[in-house]
Amino acid sequence: MIRGADIVVRSLIAENAEYIFGYPGGAIMPVYDALYDYSDRIKHVLTRHEQGAIHAAQGYARVSGKVGIALATSGPGATNLITGIADAQIDSTPLVCITGQVAAHLLGTDAFQETDMVGISMPGTKWNIQVRRAEDIAPAIAKAFHIARSGRPGPVLVDITKNAQTEFAEFNYIPCLGIRSYKPYAEVSKEAVQQAAELINAAERPFIVFGQGVLIGKADKELKAFVDKTGIPAASTLLGSGALSEMNTHYVGKLGMHGNYAPNILTNQCDVLIAVGMRFDDRVTGDLKRYAKQAKVIHLELDPAEIDKNVKCTVPILGDCRQSLEMLIEAVHANKHEDWLQRFRELEKEEKKVVCANDLSPTKVGLTMGEVIRFINEYKADDAILVTDVGQHQMIAWRYFDYKQPRTQVTSGGLGTMGFALPAALGAQLHDFNRQVICVCGDGGIQMTIQELGTIMQTKAPVKIVLLNNNYLGMVRQWQQMFFDKRYSFTELENPDFVKIAEAYKIKGSKVTGRAELSEAVADMFIHDGPYFLEVVVEKEDNVFPMIATGCSVEEVRLS
Amino acid sequence: MNRYTISVFTENFIGILNRITIIFTRRGINIDALTASESREDGIYKITIELTTSEEQVIQLSKQIEKIIDVIKAFYYTDDQVVYQEIALYKIPIESLDPRLEKVIRQFNAHIIAAEKDFVVIEFTGHKEDTQSLLEILKEFNILEFARSGRVAVAKPMDTLDKYLK
Ligand SMILES: Cc1ncc(C[n+]2csc(CCOP(=O)(O)OP(=O)(O)O)c2C)c(N)n1
Ligand SMILES: [Mg+2]
Repeated sequence: MIRGADIVVRSLIAENAEYIFGYPGGAIMPVYDALYDYSDRIKHVLTRHEQGAIHAAQGYARVSGKVGIALATSGPGATNLITGIADAQIDSTPLVCITGQVAAHLLGTDAFQETDMVGISMPGTKWNIQVRRAEDIAPAIAKAFHIARSGRPGPVLVDITKNAQTEFAEFNYIPCLGIRSYKPYAEVSKEAVQQAAELINAAERPFIVFGQGVLIGKADKELKAFVDKTGIPAASTLLGSGALSEMNTHYVGKLGMHGNYAPNILTNQCDVLIAVGMRFDDRVTGDLKRYAKQAKVIHLELDPAEIDKNVKCTVPILGDCRQSLEMLIEAVHANKHEDWLQRFRELEKEEKKVVCANDLSPTKVGLTMGEVIRFINEYKADDAILVTDVGQHQMIAWRYFDYKQPRTQVTSGGLGTMGFALPAALGAQLHDFNRQVICVCGDGGIQMTIQELGTIMQTKAPVKIVLLNNNYLGMVRQWQQMFFDKRYSFTELENPDFVKIAEAYKIKGSKVTGRAELSEAVADMFIHDGPYFLEVVVEKEDNVFPMIATGCSVEEVRLS
Repeated sequence: MNRYTISVFTENFIGILNRITIIFTRRGINIDALTASESREDGIYKITIELTTSEEQVIQLSKQIEKIIDVIKAFYYTDDQVVYQEIALYKIPIESLDPRLEKVIRQFNAHIIAAEKDFVVIEFTGHKEDTQSLLEILKEFNILEFARSGRVAVAKPMDTLDKYLK
């Protein structure tokens, strides 16, 4: 018999967990006490806030493809996880969150630091459970891992009462291999594949839109083979970036509100739309009533609830997209769509002239976010991971960063959580100290989790932090400019000396204000051994274009 | 808009009812009635939800319900695909018990299932329209209290739960 707390830690070890991101407190102290004995077998990272812990776990999960683990105490520790849980749910990130809870006999009595975590987290988790007995801990954790990582991944929460942590039980870890009520993978229907192939073979202007499902399903090679064989132009969602190399000749850009001109406009001109592992989010589709109405839609999707949720499809192909793509590749003819592809290239030229030229090689005095990303591209490694926060810098970094490999992008897509990037970058970096991890933040968002510089200091994670400082909550300011008569209501910031803050955390930093110093500063950042903080002061009132304004159709994408 | 019955078969897991109702609250959809009971299978619960909505919506709701880990299967039916009943109880002051009332009870094929010093309780089972029309009539008799259950339903289609239990 061993202590419940030891069962918690040994269960995590049995799941081959490498890192736990957490923060201690009364109701989880027995687990922390146990961790002390296993520090050679599992690493715990003490963040500076539980939100930092869960975002770090997310960053780790997104680049590794493994389950991220967050640990917190009851009450405020647990509630601080909620933003990350919601974020992981909407972006399908596999997480196991473990929270301490007051002793079972105190449940429901408003005891000190008692919060109904199962109740609070219910709408935001894929599954959750409260464990009140030591013998129930291992089965609950086994089930939690299975649910978090299988099918469409997501966050699960295991709330463990303090008595369960201190009581004793036999430990015999049995991994969970299946649950009667949960079928994570549907079998791909051959008929559906055949129907889809017929549509694709007969299509004159087919168009592929792919999302994170390709990365989750580890189907990037199959996507490439499918695109190469069929010659169909392919565009990415925000979270899909990296699933197909941007160097691929059929890659035609990014979809959605701040995506590229060509793929947005031509969405409404294709005759067959092939959606792979994406969920037709409103940031991608714009006005649904005017989205791809002319097209027959084929939807390769794992989650049955996504079929027909936003866009009605002609042929749904349920199941793992790696498998369905493999079957599709067999069933479709080799083809070319040169004229159709050419139409993307022509519109692309227009965007390059009107938007990208000014973003990337501006002639005005102030620096642009785009030119910073241009220099990052110049010096970064091919497999560098880009982690972004939320706002204008996120959209600009996404637009201009060269994604060449899968799992090189980490950002908060569905929830748009400011403060996500710094801790997520830490988590991504801990997964592999030898990979470049570049964290692009705004002056607003970084201050939401800036305390995680402390964790970066303590772990020595060599994250390259690039702060694009426009002195504004830029994205909100842009909307105020465009839709609220330039009434800049509470979006201007008086900012601290960021480099001094970084230096206070013993992180080397520098600040760039002029074009002349930019290239060298970016190069220095990459050369530096260890974490680095580069602040670039950019133009205060630049806007992100192209843009599909709320309520507009994809074809109404604006270049200015 | 149509009336639908969603039959949900679930594991007996704490909080499952909460998880299901959250799906409705989040989308601002009213549940007209809900009942929970054991099913034919040991350990499997059946939750019957009655609601008025569009077919599109009921399909989406059923899929969202089925997405819950501990839900085995959610079937949805239109009213003509289920055999269903609701039970209603009517508490009437003893003074109202007269031949006229007795006639009503006979006509409806309702029953007096309890008689106390001050009141009687009438029980009547049927569809909502039926229990409702009896209610309207009993208002004349100074009805004191009324309670109606949610719908219990069995499906006409022969698609059985068994094949989802593998
Ligand atoms: C937690 C949170 N609060 C508010 C918002 C709304 N919001 C979206 S972008 C943005 C501005 C971000 O400003 P900054 O971090 O400076 O980035 P910039 O847009 O200037 O690049 C705000 C407030 C959000 N996404 N997340
Ligand atoms: Mg800003």
